[in-house]
Amino acid sequence: MIPAIKIEQVQKHYGNLQALRGIDLAIEQGEFFALLGPNGAGKSTLINLLAGLIRPTSGRLSVMGFDVQTQYRQARHTLGVVPQELVFDPFFNVREMLRFQAGYFGLGPENDAWVDEIIECLGLADKAHTNMRKLSGGMKRRALIAQALVHKPPVIVLDEPTAGVDVELRQMMWEFIKRLNREGHTIILTTHYLEEAETLCSRVAMMKQGQIIALDSTANLLKKIPGKNLRLKLSAALPETLRPLLRHEEGNEYMLALTEVAQVERVLSQIREANIVVEDMQLIEADLEDVFVDLVGQP
Amino acid sequence: MNLISREMRGPWTLFKKELLRFWRVSFQTVAAPVMTALLYLLVFSHVLEGRVQVHGVNYTSFLIPGLIMMSVLQNAFANSSSSLIQSKVMGNLVFVLLTPISYLEFFLAFLAAAIARGLVVGVGIYLVVILFIDLPIIHPLMVLAFTILGSALLGAFGIIAGMWADKFDQMAAFQNFIIMPLSFLSGVFYSIHSLPPFWQEVSHLNPFFYIIDGFRYGFFGVSDMSPAVSLSIVALSFFAIAWLALHMLKSGYKLRG
Ligand SMILES: Nc1ncnc2c1ncn2[C@@H]1O[C@H](COP(=O)(O)OP(=O)(O)O)[C@@H](O)[C@H]1O
Ligand SMILES: [Mg+2]
Repeated sequence: MIPAIKIEQVQKHYGNLQALRGIDLAIEQGEFFALLGPNGAGKSTLINLLAGLIRPTSGRLSVMGFDVQTQYRQARHTLGVVPQELVFDPFFNVREMLRFQAGYFGLGPENDAWVDEIIECLGLADKAHTNMRKLSGGMKRRALIAQALVHKPPVIVLDEPTAGVDVELRQMMWEFIKRLNREGHTIILTTHYLEEAETLCSRVAMMKQGQIIALDSTANLLKKIPGKNLRLKLSAALPETLRPLLRHEEGNEYMLALTEVAQVERVLSQIREANIVVEDMQLIEADLEDVFVDLVGQP
Repeated sequence: MNLISREMRGPWTLFKKELLRFWRVSFQTVAAPVMTALLYLLVFSHVLEGRVQVHGVNYTSFLIPGLIMMSVLQNAFANSSSSLIQSKVMGNLVFVLLTPISYLEFFLAFLAAAIARGLVVGVGIYLVVILFIDLPIIHPLMVLAFTILGSALLGAFGIIAGMWADKFDQMAAFQNFIIMPLSFLSGVFYSIHSLPPFWQEVSHLNPFFYIIDGFRYGFFGVSDMSPAVSLSIVALSFFAIAWLALHMLKSGYKLRG
């Protein structure tokens, strides 16, 4: 089967800055794939290259077997992109904008039923006649997703779709995107949040400074990386045996890096053995920045 | 819509969107320039009428075609340039860049919308003016040809300006330091034969002069230059500017980094 996305030896330079330093990646049809990485890793650059919004310094990219430069018409027909920025056209309302977008792809009134369905599914029905300018941030985000879907693209790319989106909308969006994936669409998303990748995606690529530093199934990858932080406030200093796990410390507050929840048990028993009292405790998702420091720090 | 083939629907939609964009705000984009042209007409004709005759035509009648064309050109330019700069600054240009629309189709859609805006403004001014002043058109086809070619030239120029400018104030500079001088020094308000020889020579380098002179010929059948020469020069200017615009669009200049 032709891969949904194929990226070969792609480099992108901005003057002296190497935004991408040789990316190779293939994503199969039907995958739910996450591109993870801290700010500036090059995720958006990679997506913009796929979308043809920018051109690679070297290398080739294709979508559903169509080269994004030489066969850009076919490639763009097969790709739906939700940009990272909340951009919108201030002159039109939601429905008009979606119909125009479909028109750009050569679709006419026969597509209006699908446009109405997307409006419905994304909870935009009572905003369909509202000018884009007057929508809240969350609603603009939904409209952006709708816009990427007007031409029923088999491959859908979402660039940080949940940035600045409230929990309720996040849930609704994921339900909808999962449904698209079940219906056969290939989904690629970029995110800051490990948790998001963990619950949704079957495979993950981790990017840092323009390179892919890890590529594996989500399950395998999470086994390797300390994705949880355990914050402890103790009555005395942290036992020496636990220091290898230490991420930060501040007075008698400690942040430990854990790879799995089960580790909490062992940590607590060692503290108990040392006769130290836990005054406060919190288990939180690790910041991606920390995870990357760990990953790259490993030999 | 069904008359449009599937292949042509993309650019056709872009054209329709560009039309609707100015039509939605027609108070600013059509009514305002009509009003401005009428004010010019009122002031200049009142001050100079009876004192000046050009080509044996009374001054008010002489002035009208120039004013119409000046508005046509400025509005054609404003249409493509403001749409581009605005969608660049707002970021919503990506919605078009993400689609299969080619650079040539993009160019044609923006150009057609600019011509449409020029025509609407020109016809608007003409219709209001003839309520007060008798102004027959001797060569309607000439009038039409110069209107379309003139708007096309400025529409293409607006595409270049819109691609080049990154900010609104750069665009304002383009308007104030290129478009305004070219349109005021083009013989809208006078025949260039009334200028000193040096400024006559300078005027001959201004494509706006040929557009206005040829347009005026369409109304009165008299002009400074032969209309065939004017038409050729305007057409050549259009091809040169269109070539440059297409070249920039193809290279992705400031649009696809
Ligand atoms: N148009 C541009 N000009 C110069 N540098 C850029 C441009 N776009 C992105 N960059 C740089 O490329 C790097 C990768 O950026 P980006 O792809 O946006 O990262 P991410 O989406 O992972 O946060 C960053 O260092 C960024 O500053
Ligand atoms: Mg980004």
